[in-house]
Amino acid sequence: MTSIALPQSALAGRARIRRKLRKIGFALSVVVIVSPAILVFLWMLSLSLKNEIDNLTYPPVFVPSPPTLANFIQVFSENAMGLYFWNSIIVSGLATLIALAVGIPAGYGIARAQAQKLTVLILIARMTPALSYLIPLFTVFQFFGLNNTLTALVITHLVITVPIIVYVMAGHFETLPKELEEAAQIDGASVWTVFRYVAMPLARPGIIVGTILAFIFSWNNFVFGAVLAGRATRTLPAAVYNVLTFEQLAWGPLAAAAIVVTLPVLLLTIFIQKEIVVGLTHGGVKGG
Amino acid sequence: MSTSTTASLAPRPGFLARRRRSYYFFVVPALVVVGAVIVFPWLFTIWMSAFDWTIGSAAHYVGLDNYTQLITNQRFLESIVHTFYFTLLAVVAPLILGTVAALIFHREFPSRGLLRAVFTMPMMATPVAVALVWTMMFHPQQGVLNYLLSLVGLPPSLWVYSPTLVIPSLVLVEVWHWAPLVMLIVLGGLAALPTEPYESARLDGASEWQLFRYITLPLVAPFLVVAAVIRTIDAVKAFDTIYVISQGGPGTASETINLYLYLQAFAFYNVGKASAVVVLFFAIILALALVLLHVRERAKWT
Repeated sequence: MTSIALPQSALAGRARIRRKLRKIGFALSVVVIVSPAILVFLWMLSLSLKNEIDNLTYPPVFVPSPPTLANFIQVFSENAMGLYFWNSIIVSGLATLIALAVGIPAGYGIARAQAQKLTVLILIARMTPALSYLIPLFTVFQFFGLNNTLTALVITHLVITVPIIVYVMAGHFETLPKELEEAAQIDGASVWTVFRYVAMPLARPGIIVGTILAFIFSWNNFVFGAVLAGRATRTLPAAVYNVLTFEQLAWGPLAAAAIVVTLPVLLLTIFIQKEIVVGLTHGGVKGG
Repeated sequence: MSTSTTASLAPRPGFLARRRRSYYFFVVPALVVVGAVIVFPWLFTIWMSAFDWTIGSAAHYVGLDNYTQLITNQRFLESIVHTFYFTLLAVVAPLILGTVAALIFHREFPSRGLLRAVFTMPMMATPVAVALVWTMMFHPQQGVLNYLLSLVGLPPSLWVYSPTLVIPSLVLVEVWHWAPLVMLIVLGGLAALPTEPYESARLDGASEWQLFRYITLPLVAPFLVVAAVIRTIDAVKAFDTIYVISQGGPGTASETINLYLYLQAFAFYNVGKASAVVVLFFAIILALALVLLHVRERAKWT
């Protein structure tokens, strides 16, 4: 407080400058904190749109000139990217559908019977490394000759999708008002009718969030596909790793493939911005 | 999860119990699936861990031999050290950065929503795909990171090719992935803060730092603990990033328990020993989670 003797106008001017400096400093900190997130994606895009010569020169070329789609074309024509994309859709889609079929009623049952203890099971499942499910399941699939099949992959992906759906749905059904259900019950509706025609339509937002989260986590899973899938049944993440890194070391196609894998997920994320946290904190098994 | 209120109609006793029982039928299909793909693997793992069993050959019972071999195995013990080192960095760094980001996004500024969405993008991106891009960025000769270092006048680094730098470099990827999650959790905490303490503290002439240190930090502490618990569980289990970028190398410099487990199970097909690793691994995760939950209980009372 040394400025107390200064005239009023100088004081106001200094305060204005300080405010302005503070504003600039804040803007800078926003840039610093956001830029790594965006720059990695931009670099990925840049690598995928350049030819191999530009990708390997030093100092690096940042803006592709002219941009080429050759890497994307190569990835789809030479590496059966379309097949792996389809495998991923089948595996994640079926695993999510089965999880919805068993998980929506389960979430309802847990919420209405107030059996929250059942969700402790999900918490423990969340803590268990995904690899530890893989060893016993792999052994069993080996016994039944199911390894290298999509069936084995779908079954294993249930480890990811079922806990997410059950958890999201149990939480969602608890927030729904019970009055409508009770009114229907008094009118003579069975418990199943109440669930099917009163509770489920009301829970649609929860179902959408659960579906997207389960699908994303299943889609992103790498290690199940890497271990259980055969050449023709690989999911996208496993294919990108196995096929592209071992059979060719070109950066352009690799970046193009990485974009093909990630883009669907990033697009889906836009729809559930706010609910992501719930999925990531309590949701299913992820990572290794 | 909030416990729901009692039924407003106050039904006859026995009616409620009967209704609750009928709700349990809703859970049965899910319990069957969870039993088959989650609980069964747990039990089967414990059983397998008592066998010397390589896939393709006969299993024979060895009791606790797998465990005694593991706890005297230099490589396994080193993998535990690597895991703890990786976890410590991969929890602390995202916590600090995530909190800073949360404080920034808590303020009002133009296009805040959009920038926040951009900041959270790494969280959902497919880890393997992103790890491949990081692998290219880490490349000592053609990698873009060394070029960026040269721009600010720093010497090039070996990144993941150096035994001492490999774990911090992998943590860099981990921070990029998961600082947004910490940010979102802490942001939730900041949104719930009361305004009165700030007003009275300002009247008393408190500085911005004091406001943060003595009001904000204690109030968001429970959220930080939640973030720390989740981050710890995930960092201990980290696999995709490490497997794709360094494969546990150079040598075994970044071989964590999970990487060691993968090798035992799916490179050597030694499922008996791998199962024993799983059991020990789960015990470690559980112990860490319990320690953190204990901290959380303590934090509630102070």
